[in-house]
Amino acid sequence: MKPFITHTGLVLPLDRVNVDTDQMVPKQFLKALTRQGFGRILFYDWRYLAGEKPNPEFILNFPQFAGASLLLTRANFGCGSSREHAPWAIGDYGFRVILAPSYADIFYNNCFKNGILPAELSEAQIEELFQRAEKYPGYQLSIDLPNQTVSDNYGLTYKFAILPSRKEVLLEGLDDIATTMKHEPEITAYEKTHAATATMFDQVDVKNYS
Amino acid sequence: MTDYMTNNASPKTLYQKIWDAHLVREEAGQPSIIYIDRHLVHEGTSPQAFAGLRAEGRKVRRPDLTFAVMDHSVSTTDRTLPILDQDAKLQFEALEKNCRESGVRLFDMNSKNQGIVHIIGPELGITQPGQTIVCGDSHTSTHGAFGTLAFGIGTSEVEHVLATQCLVQSKSKTMHIVVNGKRPKGVTAKDIILAIIGKIGIGGGTSHVVEYAGQAIRELSMEGRMTVCNMTVEAGARAGMVAPDETTFKYLEGRPFVPRGKEFQEAVARWKQLPSDPGAKFDVTVELQAEQIAPQVTWGTNPGMVSGVTARVPDPHDFKDLNDQKATERALHYMGLKAGTPIVDIPVDRVFIGSCTNSRIDDLRAAAHFVAGKHVNKSIKQALIVPGSRGIKAQAEKEGLDKIFTDAGFEWRDAGCSMCIGMNADVLPPNERSASTSNRNFEGRQGRDSRTHLVSPVMAAAAAIAGHFVDIRDFALESVE
Ligand code: SF4
Repeated sequence: MKPFITHTGLVLPLDRVNVDTDQMVPKQFLKALTRQGFGRILFYDWRYLAGEKPNPEFILNFPQFAGASLLLTRANFGCGSSREHAPWAIGDYGFRVILAPSYADIFYNNCFKNGILPAELSEAQIEELFQRAEKYPGYQLSIDLPNQTVSDNYGLTYKFAILPSRKEVLLEGLDDIATTMKHEPEITAYEKTHAATATMFDQVDVKNYS
Repeated sequence: MTDYMTNNASPKTLYQKIWDAHLVREEAGQPSIIYIDRHLVHEGTSPQAFAGLRAEGRKVRRPDLTFAVMDHSVSTTDRTLPILDQDAKLQFEALEKNCRESGVRLFDMNSKNQGIVHIIGPELGITQPGQTIVCGDSHTSTHGAFGTLAFGIGTSEVEHVLATQCLVQSKSKTMHIVVNGKRPKGVTAKDIILAIIGKIGIGGGTSHVVEYAGQAIRELSMEGRMTVCNMTVEAGARAGMVAPDETTFKYLEGRPFVPRGKEFQEAVARWKQLPSDPGAKFDVTVELQAEQIAPQVTWGTNPGMVSGVTARVPDPHDFKDLNDQKATERALHYMGLKAGTPIVDIPVDRVFIGSCTNSRIDDLRAAAHFVAGKHVNKSIKQALIVPGSRGIKAQAEKEGLDKIFTDAGFEWRDAGCSMCIGMNADVLPPNERSASTSNRNFEGRQGRDSRTHLVSPVMAAAAAIAGHFVDIRDFALESVE
């Protein structure tokens, strides 16, 4: 995974609460076999009219936000389905950072697996960023992950909170599986001492159960 | 033997006990590695995980603890017909190949045990108290009804569990939701959980694991407890749980993957240690009074936009928060509803009784009981009954429920996710309105521009008969469970 250290880019303000993952990637795109190419269909039903004509009323289609890499949005972002296709689409579209007052748990977790930083700010700070994004055309923000700051070119700097372990995953672009596999002896030891739950009962009729 | 016993000096919650019993590695300031007892897999969220394993030359560590099923895109009509949806077909083939190569047990679409992943886990006894269970699916919370720590994960984590049988997790906060008193007639488990979500909001449970308690929860069948835990994720919570009791043990005894005889007795003895100790502390407590809960109907585009059936569609200005006002306005526009309309005046186009929330035998019995001798209203375009599993389908047919439904004008289908998500041919057309027993009324969930109202199975059945929502309590109440 690509490490995340600092990032500066254009802000796209998506002024909605409770944006669910069904909106990011509707179900017809869950039949894919790979992780690639989801950027084109991000927010599909909002973004396209019949015949995949871009909906001129949806912000992703506004020319001034082309190339945006920071997604500014409202509370409980990413609620609903656990589909990781949602962060795949967000990342593939080109977003590297999300800024919101709160996130749904599974989505939040999925972001870190894909090198996307879901930064959490207070409601008031997010509101201020929405106002600035409206006031200043081409509004940009800079993220400094080591120092946990968000800042703009107009003197604003906010600190955001992130668990040290989460921060490390992004900074180093860690592969979790390899990290866990280093503890293989502990996993094997666990399996030995917890046979009651960590084994499958070998019942007669289980054998041919399919 | 896993021992959940604690000393009285430090009382533990059910969640804490399961957590402690599954710690593989704990390090200060770092998330822990916890062991996963059962890993459930379906065709939608697993192909990329298996592909990832293959790319790294890794193997499935515990195929014996991994169970796969085809459910999301399967047809609910004739499965001997060729699969026309090429993408779905490729996904089925991928799952089959992945399971064959890794030795994972697969319930394919022709298995007599096939069904929705969260239905068959409990039904086959794969789900047991005190376990940790994960699946690349948010409604994994369903399994918590057994006193199990069960939650949804993303595809990268599916890959992680396949490779290591472990997950890297931080401990959640705990929420105690106590539903006191006795559930009135006509009020079901679905109404209880919708009322809870209405009260705490769809983000109300974020970063918490919920334990349910109180008389109204204790008196629910396992099916009802599963409905409650299933939709716990719609309140944003990580997982929902109900402590195991005699109802749980009775449900499990004799199921295929549950130990037998002496081993079962030993398991029950272990499971009896699971309930939260007296005095165990929760981070948050929420209390509801069951007598005050009415049959619920959602009017908006998330499960928290819900009210009692006797209410009216709200006005955006009823809400204090500006964001809520905007969201309500948007939702009413999407749903084609006018503020102030009585809920019972909302007409329905299609009815869907199914999904991992409400497609179990109890749900079908309750709906059949209500529709017996009645007929689906002429204004209804389609009324679907989709059993959650082929096991449930067979049981219902043994009881003659299929006949009751088809006589009343319902379609009787094969098992799968169906119109809950519309990944197969069962799609709700644009601008049409459903009474649905599923769990999500998000924009486009059942089909692009479709309008979903979430209700209980009896409320859906009643809407099918009347052509619009009705207060089930107005009918002969003896006939309602
Ligand atoms: S029935 Fe619906 S909610 Fe349940 S697993 Fe299937 S698609 Fe998901």
